[in-house]
Formats: sequence, C-alpha cells, structure tokens
Amino acid sequence: MSEESFQLSEEVFIPKEQAKLLCDPAAGGYCAFEGWVRDHNEGRPVKSLEYEAYPELAIKEGSRIIKEAHKKFEVLGANCIHRTGHLQIGEIAVWVGATAKHREEAFAACRYIIDEVKSRVPIWKKEHYEDGNSGWVRCEHCAAHEHSH
Amino acid sequence: MKTLHLQYFAILREQRGLTNESMQTNASTPAQLYEELKCKYQFSLESEQLRAAVNGEFTSMDTSLSDEDEVVYIPPVAGG
Repeated sequence: MSEESFQLSEEVFIPKEQAKLLCDPAAGGYCAFEGWVRDHNEGRPVKSLEYEAYPELAIKEGSRIIKEAHKKFEVLGANCIHRTGHLQIGEIAVWVGATAKHREEAFAACRYIIDEVKSRVPIWKKEHYEDGNSGWVRCEHCAAHEHSH
Repeated sequence: MKTLHLQYFAILREQRGLTNESMQTNASTPAQLYEELKCKYQFSLESEQLRAAVNGEFTSMDTSLSDEDEVVYIPPVAGG
C-alpha cells in the first residue's frame, strides 16, 4: 500500500491518471466512485461548494480507512483523493478507486471507503446558494445563526 | 495556567475570525476549554456536536490537557 493512498488536492485531478496508478496484472476488477458537486441540496439551489480540511488529521484518518479496506476485503490496491477549495457544479469533489481479483471485493472496498470518508474524515463543506446565502452542511442551526447577524 | 495552541476550521474559523491562536487557560479538558471559548466568542455549536483532536489525533472531550498541547475542535464533518 502506498504512503499516499489518501490525498487532499487543491487542484483538479484526472481520475484516469489516478486509475493508472492502480494498474496490476493480478487485478480482474477495478471499481471507482466519483462524487460530483450537485446543483441543489435539500430543495435549495446550490451555486458552488467550498471544501475545507484539517489536513494533518484528514490524511491520517483517510489513510487509516484505506488500510481498513485492505484488511476487510481482498483488494489489490485502493486510493482516494478529496478536493479542497472552491468547486463549481459538476466538478469532481472526491474520487475512490479500488482493484481486486474479482469484482465483489472491488465494489465492496470502494463503497466502504467512500462511506467511511464521508463520516469520519475532518473535511467540511460550505454551500453557496443561488440566493446569495451560504451555510456549512450539517450545521444548519449555525448557518441560521450566522445569517441573523 | 497552561498555554494551549488552537487551530480553527470551517464554521469555528469563521466565527472566531482566526485560523489559529495561543491562549492561557486553567481549563483541564477540551470540553472545559470549549465552554470557555463558546462563551467568549459566541460559537453556535454545542460541545456535544464536536469531536476534539489533541496534538493531531482524535481524543475524548474529557481527556487531560497538558501545557503546550495543540487543540482542534472538529465540527460535524461533511466530506464527499
């Protein structure tokens, strides 16, 4: 497993190039997930998203998740990249790739990694709405508080 | 009194208006320190919504803080 199995990127990256890093003659399946910036959330039109990370701990926790995936599933390789900064609709916010001898393990590892990354890695998302307001996701109350000033 | 080094992220960074600061405190746990900060800077999140990290690793909100520790509060995460 490479040291850089989980990375943060301020720049746009190309999933195809990331997939190449996972090339392995023993792999019979490659499964990838891309998370895209979507133009709405909970009924509100979204214009753009801002991602902020606590880099030191995000990389540590993300790498732990990849390590767990290696233990739980018979993956040959698994990587994840998460963007930070200001992203526009349609951009790739997160990419996960996993290879295994057979497809089941590749699917399962990919699913495990994205689910765990979303719930455990210290990365936050601020939505900028079409109406000019903005708010930190999963912090609705605080967003309301912000706007009351 | 001990000196603690704080880093702020996301909503806490915005509400504090700073990315990091050092402070003197008598607080002995991250939970106690947060109550102090919440009161002083009007943070909107409740202590129960946060996780704490000390010296770059997740820890309990009730762990003992030592002089020169680096403390980060982690609001509910929302990657992906």
